[in-house]
Amino acid sequence: MSNGQNERREMTGAEMVVQALKDNGVKHVFGYPGGAVLPIYDEIFQQDEVEHILVRHEQGAGHAAEGYARSTGKAGVMLVTSGPGATNAVTPLQDALMDSIPLVCLTGQVPTSLIGSDAFQECDTVGITRPCTKHNWLVKDVNELAATIHEAFHVATTGRPGPVVVDIPKDVQFAKGFYVPPQIAPRTSYQPKVQGDLDKIKAAVELMAGARKPIIYSGGGVINSGPEASHLLRELVDLTGFPITSTLMGLGAYPASGKNWMGMLGMHGTYEANMAMHDCDVMICIGARFDDRITGRLTAFSPNSKKIHIDIDPSSINKNVHTEVPIIGDVGRVLEDMVRLWRASAKADKKALYPWWEQIAKWRARDSLAYKMNNDVIMPQYAIERLYALTKDMDTYITTEVGQHQMWAAQHYHFEKPNRWMTSGGLGTMGYGLPAALGVQIAHPDALVIDIAGDASVQMTMQEMSAAVQHNAPIKIFILNNQYMGMVRQWQQLLHGNRLSHSYTEAMPDFVKLAEAYGGHGIRCEKPDELDDAIKEMISVKKPVLFDCRVATLANCFPMIPSGKAHNEMLLPDEATDEAVANAIDAKGRELV
Amino acid sequence: MNAQLQPTGSAYFIAKETEKPENHTLSVLVDNEPGVLARVIGLFSGRGYNIESLTVSETEHEKHLSRITIVTRGTPHVLEQIKHQLERIVPVHRVVDLTVRSHESGQERPLERELALVKVAGTGEARVEALRLADAFRASVIDANTEHFIFEITGKGSKIDQFIAIMKPLGLVEICRTGVAALNRGPQAM
Repeated sequence: MSNGQNERREMTGAEMVVQALKDNGVKHVFGYPGGAVLPIYDEIFQQDEVEHILVRHEQGAGHAAEGYARSTGKAGVMLVTSGPGATNAVTPLQDALMDSIPLVCLTGQVPTSLIGSDAFQECDTVGITRPCTKHNWLVKDVNELAATIHEAFHVATTGRPGPVVVDIPKDVQFAKGFYVPPQIAPRTSYQPKVQGDLDKIKAAVELMAGARKPIIYSGGGVINSGPEASHLLRELVDLTGFPITSTLMGLGAYPASGKNWMGMLGMHGTYEANMAMHDCDVMICIGARFDDRITGRLTAFSPNSKKIHIDIDPSSINKNVHTEVPIIGDVGRVLEDMVRLWRASAKADKKALYPWWEQIAKWRARDSLAYKMNNDVIMPQYAIERLYALTKDMDTYITTEVGQHQMWAAQHYHFEKPNRWMTSGGLGTMGYGLPAALGVQIAHPDALVIDIAGDASVQMTMQEMSAAVQHNAPIKIFILNNQYMGMVRQWQQLLHGNRLSHSYTEAMPDFVKLAEAYGGHGIRCEKPDELDDAIKEMISVKKPVLFDCRVATLANCFPMIPSGKAHNEMLLPDEATDEAVANAIDAKGRELV
Repeated sequence: MNAQLQPTGSAYFIAKETEKPENHTLSVLVDNEPGVLARVIGLFSGRGYNIESLTVSETEHEKHLSRITIVTRGTPHVLEQIKHQLERIVPVHRVVDLTVRSHESGQERPLERELALVKVAGTGEARVEALRLADAFRASVIDANTEHFIFEITGKGSKIDQFIAIMKPLGLVEICRTGVAALNRGPQAM
């Protein structure tokens, strides 16, 4: 109960932690207990406002909190012990840093008097997590604990969102001090700029009005900015009539059914999206960061375009690609101004865009996501298509692991709304999807939450099936099982003379039995004509499901911008003969990843 | 145009650097709190930036502010990145590229000074010569006995380099340098 907002109340550090969580609107915490956080766990035990979700490994707690955050727009919270608890949290912290996910990680620490003595389960948590957080704190004084946690939430959720760590020594958890409620008094050195420069936005609108071959390239920043930003993006696309593509992280901000939608761009993006990026005259980058998977070869990246870049992080501007019109600010705020200025000044000359759309139609006609259907073996693309067809009208959330299945999911599952797609983009963390699905399901208990998984990735965090069973989270793990680390194998075929070094899993577990062993439900499907029924069964089961979907083992993910090539040098599925694949990358490139 | 470029065959495209690297002096105003220097240094090592010189001390005690002066080397594009990356650090208040600022006001470079303590041991003619040269460089003697001097010298880095080079044959024992402290000319603050 937080009555008397400004009243300083005396309590222990552990009590403060729980009180601060409540005061920051936290309903769920993902965590794992241990010696250095026992006082906090004792407080959690004695209340029921904040629900604790027990995972099986701290990495799982982090990804679950990320899934929770990504699907709700709120901060995800994890609580782990010192030493190994903290080091196991490093992967999700870096994952959240690269994908700009608000994540608050509370770690226990050995008592202050023992710090630096190589005590049991001691590690330099703030040192280890410094480069993989937006900011971190070691709290040595109980009277600073509450304010520090409030500041941690503020830093994690404002500006460009990101992960933060608050390291709390055990003696600070026991010590008594005064609690302060959250106040809006951010430190003077941290003032993210959210409002875009109006002159720059005007210049952008002018440039856009004169464009004949424009393209909007949107990213995860639109999702992070909130539902209103997605709404404004749709409005801008309607007003201008511009084609729009998106990064992996930005899927859903503009609906896949929208008529201006070009599909995802980048290494495994559509032919039309990449060709349009290459040939455009004005590029409007909204909340994306010109990642190397997007640009391909930088020196040949969209050579004839003027670029407008909207980003809340000034360091994203001109980092990889030079921008003519940089606009620093929150996507939502900037789009609001941009839409208003467009309405006021620019007349949408949609006729002038006809030749551009005609050209795009030609690229589209190449049908770059096509694949050869097979009546005996399930093609992975077909599996996703069927999954999409059977789940699109439900309240569905999709997470993924990392690899071929992830790209196929991005290509063949179509998103209509933001916050429905959770995937590890920047860091590419295998094992992300299953715990992320758990986090999403906790946030949305009645929704259908599906992890589109690969057989290799899913085994990295498989233990969280146990957590899902414990917390009655009926997540569906849809495994595209080809018995390979498919993307590793694809690169070995492209780069390493088809020498498949350690990318085949010879001892695959029986996923059906494994599901049953965890107390979940197992389904196996091997034939295309049985797939629909099996998917319907998966949807109807009210407990966690491992769906072992046996797919064509040697299918590869196309289209693809072969390593180091430009957007207009894509390898299309019908051109990807063995010979073309073998020659796609030259000797020099094999030295690099 | 594309044909002339060598494809590297990798998704990680490493472009040939065409810009020339320059030395710039950055002034970074930070909250004086534990770990702040580690954040700044970690940024430089983590992102592969150079540190040629680094000086740090609390400058405004009541406000808990420290000023870090960094001399770094990079192309204009990298230098812009360094500035923005530093600004992302939560306890960083301001980052000013003093070199850019001095160019804007028509100066060649900001005011830069360094202090060095230089220990020289020797007897006879070398000892006399060391003292005479120290006088010419306006270095002062802050410790001495019959076998050694410790000189204190202040000036631009190049002057100190020169002084040290001259002392080498005269019995140079050890050197301690503070790194560069820098301000811009004129009445305004950074």
